[in-house]
Amino acid sequence: MRRVLALPGLWLALFLAVPFGIVLAMSFATADADRAPPVAFSLTLKNYALLFSDPLYLAAWIASLRIAATSTLVALLLGYPMALAIARAPRRRQPLLLALVILPFWTSFLIRVYAWMGLLADNGILNNLLKTLGLASAPGTILGTEWAVHLGIVYAYLPFMVLPIYAVLERQDRALLEAAADLGAAPWAAFVTITLPLSQPGIVAGCLLVFIPSVGEFVIPDLLGGTGTPMIGKVLWDEFFLNADWPLASAVAVCLLALLAVPIALFQRHHAERLR
Amino acid sequence: MRFDPETVMRPVLLAALACLAAAPAFGQGQVNVYNWSDYIDENKLKEFARTSGLKVNYTTYDSNEILDAKLRTGKSGYDLVVPTASPFFVRQLAAGLFRPLDRSKLANYRHLDPEVMAALAKLDPANAHGVPWMWGTTGIGYNVEAIRKRMPDAPLDSLRMVFDPAVVAKFRDCGVMMLDSATDVLPAALRYLGLDPDSKKPDELKRAADVIGAVRPFVRKFHSSEYINALAGGNICLAFGFSGDIFQARDRGEKAKDKQTIAYAIPKEGALMWIDVATIPKDAPNPDAAHRFLDFMLDPAVAAASSALTGYANANRAATALLDKEISGNPLIYPPAEVRARFYSITPGTAEQIRERTRLWTTAKTGR
Repeated sequence: MRRVLALPGLWLALFLAVPFGIVLAMSFATADADRAPPVAFSLTLKNYALLFSDPLYLAAWIASLRIAATSTLVALLLGYPMALAIARAPRRRQPLLLALVILPFWTSFLIRVYAWMGLLADNGILNNLLKTLGLASAPGTILGTEWAVHLGIVYAYLPFMVLPIYAVLERQDRALLEAAADLGAAPWAAFVTITLPLSQPGIVAGCLLVFIPSVGEFVIPDLLGGTGTPMIGKVLWDEFFLNADWPLASAVAVCLLALLAVPIALFQRHHAERLR
Repeated sequence: MRFDPETVMRPVLLAALACLAAAPAFGQGQVNVYNWSDYIDENKLKEFARTSGLKVNYTTYDSNEILDAKLRTGKSGYDLVVPTASPFFVRQLAAGLFRPLDRSKLANYRHLDPEVMAALAKLDPANAHGVPWMWGTTGIGYNVEAIRKRMPDAPLDSLRMVFDPAVVAKFRDCGVMMLDSATDVLPAALRYLGLDPDSKKPDELKRAADVIGAVRPFVRKFHSSEYINALAGGNICLAFGFSGDIFQARDRGEKAKDKQTIAYAIPKEGALMWIDVATIPKDAPNPDAAHRFLDFMLDPAVAAASSALTGYANANRAATALLDKEISGNPLIYPPAEVRARFYSITPGTAEQIRERTRLWTTAKTGR
């Protein structure tokens, strides 16, 4: 039994601590295109100096945080009513409704994002539909804009918002709402004073599950985005592959992790306080 | 649950790289080929798998930089790769990444075009490590009707088409894409300015980057393969890309339900001529199978079928006779001598110069 319990620790050490150590060490190295791998080991801070002096990186951080934050908010506004509707549906229907939320995962993530390219392109399905219906004369541009990136992120991560909120709502004691009704509270008042505060842990978990991967998202901005807003995941990819600058890419990765550690730590503290 | 590949796969990937254990278990009866996307006739590929008895793991990439990263990591597991001669193949060669070819295993070697071989021998003495596969140019692809509608007197065969902000701005609404490649676009911008496309002078490169910066607001995306489908589907009207890719867009556009007429132009100022080289990595797990596959690629019938499909000229002299006149006689694929005289190629430069160039490119294309 003790050996089984050691497994998570071993897993973390092998697949988190060791690789992170390598990335950290590489972030202090120097890029050298004459070598294979293109890295000369050294102890320099110039990769970090470049990160903080070149406005490209700061702009990418801010854009990533902004896009992740707005997408999370939209996912919450869409996901909460969905979770509530599922939780309030007749119990025997709930498994089916949950299955519908999870169903998209049966198709490859990449194919689903590609499908959005076909939908949103200038000469794509959406634009042609609008033209046929007479709602638009000239095609609008959606693909390659920040709108498309937002749409892609909300679409891809919505289930991660719905599921934790549903899990909390489903366990809520309905007797509380009945009591509120008996005491004369209108349904919306009961929702605001009882349901919403009690579902807070689900909201926090859902928001983190959407926000954290969105910040470092690469596939969606690469396929649906354009030249306007570089997100940090794309910048990291460019540094690693296009520029073959592994040390700088590592420095970007370390900063990305540091940036994400803050909300995770806040969540942990919040969680610990609740338990107390 | 699906996780974001960036957060989950990154540590896993790096651990794998670091342990130099990334290569899957590759058996003897197979060959692992890593080639450019849309670059070989699929039917011939199947035929090879059938007749050779080898299992062919055929995977593709769309930029030299990705191949470069994989090769430099080591133990890529590939038996045959196809980098562009300069500046990629030549630098990888210098880093000792390739194994010398064993010509006794390449019966079809004699079909190769001596002119292209001589050009390549300047980078790889005695052609010891690689054979030329296809060559082509970097130029302008456009949707004939969309351009005519917006600018009837558009300078179709000039680099102004993609680098003059006053011209590019006219096509902003119908969509413009450009290769995401410092080594293709910056040399062209230098040429547009009347400078040496192979210039390594920082001030000249800066001016070239400013050219990109000036047209960037009108460019929808910098990407090295997306423009093929985007042109063919009528989703963009102008692209600066690889000749064969644009021919493929033309072919797909012709067949599309919503028919698009796509054309290619070699810039009259001169174009980058590139040669892609088939070569065997030093740590290839199946070098014998790699030679068999290479010999298959050198078969004139295979080279001809692939040229017919991709719209690139091959470096196989015996294949020319097998080609449709439409291809071998097409001046955009096999350009006449006076056009070829204006072709240029670029040298790699030092590590510091490469870094400087890629920095300028990143800054220019993101507009920071």
